[in-house]
Amino acid sequence: MSGKGVDRDLELRLEVIRREHGDTVHVDQIGEVVRSLLDSIAGDISAGDLRLYREVESLAQYIHAAREEIAALRPGDIKHRFIASATDELDAIVGATEAATNEIMDAAESLESVTSSLESEAADKLAEITTRIYEACTFQDITGQRITKVVKALKDIEDRVEGLVKMFGAEYEKEGAAKDKPETPPSDQDLLNGPQLPAAAANQADIDALLASFD
Amino acid sequence: MNVLIVDDYKTMLRIIRNLLKQLGFNNVDEATDGAMALQMLRVGTYGLVISDWNMEPMTGLQLLREVRADPKLKPVPFIMVTAESKSENVIAAKEAGVSNYIVKPFNAETLKNKMTSVLGDF
Repeated sequence: MSGKGVDRDLELRLEVIRREHGDTVHVDQIGEVVRSLLDSIAGDISAGDLRLYREVESLAQYIHAAREEIAALRPGDIKHRFIASATDELDAIVGATEAATNEIMDAAESLESVTSSLESEAADKLAEITTRIYEACTFQDITGQRITKVVKALKDIEDRVEGLVKMFGAEYEKEGAAKDKPETPPSDQDLLNGPQLPAAAANQADIDALLASFD
Repeated sequence: MNVLIVDDYKTMLRIIRNLLKQLGFNNVDEATDGAMALQMLRVGTYGLVISDWNMEPMTGLQLLREVRADPKLKPVPFIMVTAESKSENVIAAKEAGVSNYIVKPFNAETLKNKMTSVLGDF
């Protein structure tokens, strides 16, 4: 069989596949396309074709395994639960430190306002102390900027995971989302949630009401 | 002398305002980004700008370049107060015409020293 003959034969087979699947093939369909290509050359296999067959088959297996591994990572969970939760927690840290810093600043400014009614030495001492408090409060700006960088990095990861989900098919996202609800009662480990976000947090009255509901 | 302080963190504006007050500067105006600061500089009269770098929509570096490109504002001393501490940042600020550069977190002594080096004794 001449090289040109093989090319023409292959071109005809590809044309059949193109009619069935179009010009682009989803990753999920690669195995099927490879199978249909191999089916079309059944009974007409040379030693070279056989090598090609093995190569293509191992490639299909590799893609299938990669797909399974990515599914096991549950990209839907990464995007919808872990990253969303992490960014919410970080936003809460920024909010809480900002509120606390403003409280500290309020107190320092109140202290400073007293200096005018004090003796010189005491007033100087108090001014020195309030200056140190102001200086210490700059931490909030620095931590805020660092946390913003982390949030941006998480957003970048989220975008990449989303790209992966799109490439491998929307069902991966669904698989992740479907596993969000715990099927069994929470274990002791599951109960270690740490502080709740302000919007979802129960206050003391809520806790008291819940306890009272057991009576 | 009027001082314009520029920072997108309101807490930082408050801290710098209080430190300036302790140094005897009571006429302090605030802007929360470079564009707002530029507008205030063009209508007001300021003897010093103390600006953060990392702000949107106009950064402190862009503000500095605008200030230095404006014949009326060009002579105004400009101190950058920022967490950006890489040498490439300092070089870029210097090339843009910064008068001095303070790295966050900073203390009152550093602020006073840098202001003295820019304004002379006050």
